[in-house]
Parts: sequence; C-alpha cells; structure tokens
Amino acid sequence: MDFMQQLVQQLINGISLGSIYALIALGYTMIYGIIKLINFAHGDIYMVGAYIGYFSITMAHLSIVPSLIISMVVTGLLGMLIERLAYKPLRHAPRISVLITAIGVSFFLEYTSMYFVSPTPRTFPAVFDNIAYHFGPFIINGQQMLIFGITFILMVALTYIVQRTKIGKAMRAVSFDTETAQLMGIDANRIISITFGIGSALAAAGGVLVGVYYNSIDPLMGIMPGLKAFVAAVLGGIGILPGAMVGGLILGVIEALVSGFVSSTFRDAAAFAILILVLLFKPSGIFGKNTREKV
Amino acid sequence: MFSKRSLCIAGVLVGTVMLGGVFSGCGDDTKSNEIKIGANFELTGNVANYGSATFDGLQLAIDEANEAGGVNGKKIVLVKADSKSEASEAANAATKLISDDKVKVLVGPATTASVLAESQIATDNKVPVIAPCATSPKVTVDNGAVKPFIFRSCFIDPLQGDVMATFATKTLNAKTAVIYIDSSSDYSKSLGQVFKEKFEAAGGKVLMEEAFLQKDQDFKATLTKLKTANADVIFVPAYYEEVGKIVKQARELGIMQPILGTDGWDDTKVVDIAGAAALNNTFFSSHYSDQDKDVQSFIDAFKKKYDHAPNVFAALGYDAGKMLIDAIKRAGSDDPEKIQKAIEETKDLQVGTGKITMDKDHNPIKSAVILEMKDGVKVLKEKITPQA
Repeated sequence: MDFMQQLVQQLINGISLGSIYALIALGYTMIYGIIKLINFAHGDIYMVGAYIGYFSITMAHLSIVPSLIISMVVTGLLGMLIERLAYKPLRHAPRISVLITAIGVSFFLEYTSMYFVSPTPRTFPAVFDNIAYHFGPFIINGQQMLIFGITFILMVALTYIVQRTKIGKAMRAVSFDTETAQLMGIDANRIISITFGIGSALAAAGGVLVGVYYNSIDPLMGIMPGLKAFVAAVLGGIGILPGAMVGGLILGVIEALVSGFVSSTFRDAAAFAILILVLLFKPSGIFGKNTREKV
Repeated sequence: MFSKRSLCIAGVLVGTVMLGGVFSGCGDDTKSNEIKIGANFELTGNVANYGSATFDGLQLAIDEANEAGGVNGKKIVLVKADSKSEASEAANAATKLISDDKVKVLVGPATTASVLAESQIATDNKVPVIAPCATSPKVTVDNGAVKPFIFRSCFIDPLQGDVMATFATKTLNAKTAVIYIDSSSDYSKSLGQVFKEKFEAAGGKVLMEEAFLQKDQDFKATLTKLKTANADVIFVPAYYEEVGKIVKQARELGIMQPILGTDGWDDTKVVDIAGAAALNNTFFSSHYSDQDKDVQSFIDAFKKKYDHAPNVFAALGYDAGKMLIDAIKRAGSDDPEKIQKAIEETKDLQVGTGKITMDKDHNPIKSAVILEMKDGVKVLKEKITPQA
C-alpha cells in the first residue's frame, strides 16, 4: 500500500472516529452556549445512552433504528431531569459551583451505573450485518457507513431545529442574552431544559453507535471520549454548533494520522496538545470571533 | 527478632491471631482448628472473568482438601476480597486481609499489576503470596533479587514469548513480524520484548512495534499502519477485551495474516467481541487445554461442582490451591514463615495441569500449550515442555 492509499484509509478511519466525537461535542457546545457551563457529566450521559441502546436491543429485541430512537428519547429526558435537579437550583450561583456539581453528577452517573449494570464490560450484539465495501484498495464497512449516515442526518436535523424553528430561535435568543430574551416573553428555563434534552439525545446516539461499531461498552467508557469531545468543542470554538462538528471531525482525523504516520503512543498526547495550543493561541477556537468577555 | 516468649506476651496483649501457630502454646487456641487463607481476586471490573474463574478453581482445591479431612487436622477457610481489577484496590484488599482477617497466606490476584501492588505489603507482613496466573518475571524477582514471600504457580512471560517466537519461526515459517502491545500493561510490554529477542535470535525480523492503551476502542489507524508492513505474523500479547476488538478491526481492514497471542486471550469473550470467523488463523500460548488427556480428572471434578467446564484460569487457581495445601502439609504448621519455606521446596508435585517443581526464582517449571482458534473453538495445536 503506497502513501496515498494509506492516507485515504486513515482519513476514513479518522472520520468515523471524529463523527462520534462530533456528536458528543455538539452537546458540550450547546450547553456551554446557553448557560456557560462545561457539563463534565456529558461523557457519562453518552455512556447511559449506550446502555439504554444495549438493553433495548438485547432485552426488547429491537433493531438498531428503534433502539437508537428509544435511547435518544430516554437519555434526552434524563438530561432534562439532571438539569432540573442539579443545575437549575444553581442558576445564579458562581460558575465554579456549577462546574463542581457537573463533576459530581459525572461520578454519580458512573458509579450508579456500575452498581446497577456491574463494571464488567458487555458485548454489544451484532445487530447490523457488517459488510466490507472495497473501493479499489480502500475498505469502508457497513458500520462506518451507518456512523457517517446517522451523524449526517442528526447534524442536518439539529441545524434545522436551531436555524428554522421557533424553539431554535428562542435557543439562540437565550444564548445571546438570557435576561433580554425573558423580557421578550421567552421561557428561558424551558429552553435551557430543551437544550439539555437535545444535547443528551445526541450523546446517546453517539453511545449507541460506538456500541455497534466497537462491540463493547462499560460504565467508564464515557471518560475518555468525553474529554476528547471537550477538546473538539474547544478546537471548533465552544458555544458554536458548526465548530463542534468540524472540531470533532478534525480531532478524529488528527488522531488517525498521528497513529498512522507518527506513532500510536503519541495519539492521546496529540489530542491534548491541541487543547493546549488552542487555549494558548486562539482560545475562541476555529470558528470563534475574538471578543472580550463582558465583566 | 522477637523471642518466642516476647511474641507470646505480645500475642496475648494484642490478642492477634495472625501468628497463631507460634503462640498456640500459651493458651491462644481460638479457632485453632481453622487455617485462614486470603483470596484476593478481581471479582468485578475489567478482568473479572479471570479473577472469578481463578477463585472457583482455588475453591475446588480447598474443598477437596477439607472433604478429605482437612490439612494437618485443620479446616482451611478462604476469606474473599475483591480487588475490582485495579492495582490500588488490590493493595487495599491485601492490607485488609492481613490486618483485619489475619490470614496466613494470600492467593491472587490474577493479573501482574495487581500482584505487584500487593507484594510489598505481603513482604512487610511476612505473609507468603501465591500468584496463580501473574506471568511477568517482575512478580517474583525485583532488580535481580528474589522476593522471599512471593511465589507463583504458573509459568512466566519469557517462556510464553519464547514459545510463540519458536512457534512463529518453526511451525509457521515466519520471517517477519510486527508487534502490537498494550503500553499500559507490564504483562504486555515484557512479552513483546521477549518475543522480539527470541524471534530475532531465530533469524526473523521485527518490522514494526506499535502500542495502544487499555480501554482504547479504536485500533484502525494503527492497524492500517501495521498492514503496510505486510509481515508474516502479528504478535498481540494483550488481554481479551482489547484483543477481541483488535482482531475484529484487523480482519475488517483486510489483514488476513496469522495473529499470535498469549494466555490473556484465553477467554470466551474474545469470540463474543471478535466473532468466530475473524478469529480463524489466530494462535495463542496457554497453560492448559481441555483436550489434553492429563487434565481430565480435574475437569470432571470441576464440572461436578460448578455445572460448567473450567477455563484456564480455573485450572491455574486449582493448581495454586494444590500447591498451597501441599506446602501447609509439609510445613506441619500454619506459621506463615514455615509455609513460605515449604513452598520454596515444592518438587515434582502433581497438580491439575501436570507436574510442577519450584525453581530458585520462585517460578514453577511447567509445560505450555499452543491453541488454535477454529470457528470460535480452541484446538490443541502443540504441547511444549520446557527443560528444567
């Protein structure tokens, strides 16, 4: 295999990994956009989504699409519940209190799931006939196509909701200026709740896809992808939706290229080096404008 | 050191039963008809399959001894502790077993990193440890010095790396290899190193060495790179979780070469994760095969007790139990230091998987088998008995 072929194969690998990062990063960025909170429990919501998908496939014997929808709905509701119980009472508290609460919620989700589903990793059943498609020397398999397809559909749907619907308009208004939006008659709490719901549903989709793609899930599976998705969100510009999508894909591709052409041991180092570089040189990220924060 | 008399006084004062054998003469005979053994295993977590199977094997050996009237007239009691598949938890569990439960000997945990975490605590308290399946040389030897209280009842990594390198060059006629290790595991790193030395000594060439981390999900980027080397064999000394995913993703990328591994592969989860078809043309070394005629009596006893067939870890747990019972018998006492001496002198002892003799580095000399995966089923390929 010559260099170009290897490069294209690595791009395919990187985009399928990056799609997952993008789905999780979208939730991070939406929640940050609306209440300026880095929701560190987001990676664990993704894990809960994977488990709900797992149980709807193994116990309710559903196929992949209904399981994905059930998982998204249930996890979305869980996200709203978490917001209501953990973050809403802290709406006017200092930002650090909310951040610490988010870390607490993260541990709560990890260890509660560990109690109920046991820490032993579970094997995701093969729900999807995984055919490898050969395009000349390149190989894309059915699961990778599924990931591309579902990620694409969800991103289009999200863009539509945010840009074209009334709720999306209200979300943008609350994100821009919460108090003024309330003065205009927007129920900010309801909009924040919906944002958590949508963000969590996207993470759940990521969780189910990872389960199908990599075949194995466990209660601590959300920690690393959660951190990587955070890097992706910062890379794209936190609070900006297209930023999260592009940031996720770029991060996935960079990881694949570093493993493929430099050394597999530098892969995680590269991801976090990106975080440091972005924070040093362009803290607002690729899509961010350099604005001074209001004090 | 303390004299026997001062120990007696200390024993009465503190009321400890830890050195019960020593001061049984001064009236402390509470529960002297029992010998407590600490079983520190991965009962939950990432490698819970290893820990609980090993524990089942150990329990079988202990039960058999107790049914036969106990050891030196005493009953052996296993005290269980969960190391949760983490090294720090293994150390906590060992401390608890030694100081709260006052066990005489520790058996377990299953994996190298956890045994390493426990070994200092056991050495400080002079409690012997038998590691049933920790295969890294570092478990019993540290910087060239043998750890007096740490033993194992399985063979060591160099032997597996050696066996697989020989198998690759002799049986598969491989000239080139790539090595893909788990850089977060001592087990994987030391196996990779030995395989490389032996493979190159046999005239082969290692083209690439890559690494991943435990809990990684995506291996495709690195596998795409390894594919470009087009080596005759791929050596992946790792544990079943990651091995399953690696084999699956490698076959998806069209890597069809033989993939070689070690005893970390020996779990049915590998088949669940990778799928039976992907596992064809893979070979790994292990401690035992149920197709080996020497082990049938152990398999029958295990099936009778647990209603399912034992895996390799159960066999090793059973071997550890046999070795322990033999040592306590020969020590004629439950004093941990006398038991330690007796374990050191283990010779030609018949255990579940064959005969073992302890060498001067506290490693038993034991045979290894090479298994081939055929449509999800392990088939005995070769049995190799090393020279003593």
